[in-house]
Amino acid sequence: MSMSAAPLSRRQIAWRAAQDVADGAYVNLGIGLPTLVADFIPADREIVFHSENGVLGLGKAPAPGEADPDLINAGKGAASLLPGGSFFHHTDAFLMIRGGHVDLSLMGAFEVSVDGDLANWTTNDPHFAPGVGGAMDLAAGAREVRVLLEHTTKEGEPRLRHRCTYPLTAPSCVKRIYTNLAVIDVSAQGLLVVEMIEGMTLGALQALTEPPLTLANAWRPLLAPQL
Amino acid sequence: MIDKRVASLAAAVADVKDGATILCAGFGAVGMADELLEALLEQGAKNLVAVANNAGSGDRGLAALIANGRVRKVVCSYPRTDKPHAFEAAYKAGRIDLELVPQGTLSERMRCAAAGLGGFYSPVGVGTRLAEGKEVREIEGRSYVLEKPLKGDVAFCKAQKADRWGNLVYRKAARNFNPTMAMAADLTVAQVKELVELGDLDPETIVTPGIFVDRVVYVPHAK
Repeated sequence: MSMSAAPLSRRQIAWRAAQDVADGAYVNLGIGLPTLVADFIPADREIVFHSENGVLGLGKAPAPGEADPDLINAGKGAASLLPGGSFFHHTDAFLMIRGGHVDLSLMGAFEVSVDGDLANWTTNDPHFAPGVGGAMDLAAGAREVRVLLEHTTKEGEPRLRHRCTYPLTAPSCVKRIYTNLAVIDVSAQGLLVVEMIEGMTLGALQALTEPPLTLANAWRPLLAPQL
Repeated sequence: MIDKRVASLAAAVADVKDGATILCAGFGAVGMADELLEALLEQGAKNLVAVANNAGSGDRGLAALIANGRVRKVVCSYPRTDKPHAFEAAYKAGRIDLELVPQGTLSERMRCAAAGLGGFYSPVGVGTRLAEGKEVREIEGRSYVLEKPLKGDVAFCKAQKADRWGNLVYRKAARNFNPTMAMAADLTVAQVKELVELGDLDPETIVTPGIFVDRVVYVPHAK
């Protein structure tokens, strides 16, 4: 398997996050980048994907022409159901989330703070009505929250912040951050770099990150296959 | 004899009043009672408050009510969804109010009303803009925000099958908000694709028992 040293693509970020999803886990994938994670779960693991609109056991998108109009995912796209899957109503779908029955929520983010505060629901853009969907429920309720995001904005501004500049989705909820440059854990001692791409130095990564970073003793290169 | 079937969509919505709070079941376009909402457009009710996950999609149902200026306020979790142009135009023009509620809180507030409870403490939204002005209480070391029940004057639901008692069965992910909203309104109207004889629905699989349903209208060709 040839491994890359350049910044990870979106698919590679999703691949890296997928490697950490434990066998047997009940997992909710956010819309956008996290949705790609489903494509990269290692073949020897059985994962049950939860969808906020009342589905457990969500499968891959159906082939063209095989979509069922009554079976969609959280992003309103056509979905399929795996053997063993089930349907339930919305209040139970969120009971599962809020009550800590969903093991893992993988979400996108605009910003994450040094304390694991998450901002991913509004940028205060006055041109658009805000929408929150299930983001606050997942951030406050899932047993573990991990986020996937580009390390900086398109303008090069850090997305990992002392404090989020955008309105919070939930305080102190994010435990692990996957970016195109690094895998970073939110710890009581601050942000801990557990992996970074080859050729990256802590100093160079720090220059793209607002809060102080610490390199984990057991840090490793962040490697992902070409996808 | 109990027979909740009504002859037409018009009859099903005839007595909905101006200013009513309408619970609109569905997620995106799936599971939405578009035909009932359009019958309400015909009926003429205005100044409505619509409770829904999304604020209408495309040009049908809730979107049509919004486009025609019948909806004063939307209570929802995510107004912008697939083809939200009706809501966006009304919002930008300042013609519609928006109360944004986290999706699970929206659903649980209605369940709470259905269950006769006065509210619940939720961890969702604590420390965010959406909890501003609400009571926050620490319970066993965790902070919770007080959320109040949300009751509808009317619920418009969509189901796959019903019998004359109003027992309902849904299909796949079209279930979504339907069972909760069916329980949470003074008047619950369900449009259904199939009407079956009493006793034909397997009692083990009935999702919404008829006690929650007031009217059933047969709409076989709904999408």
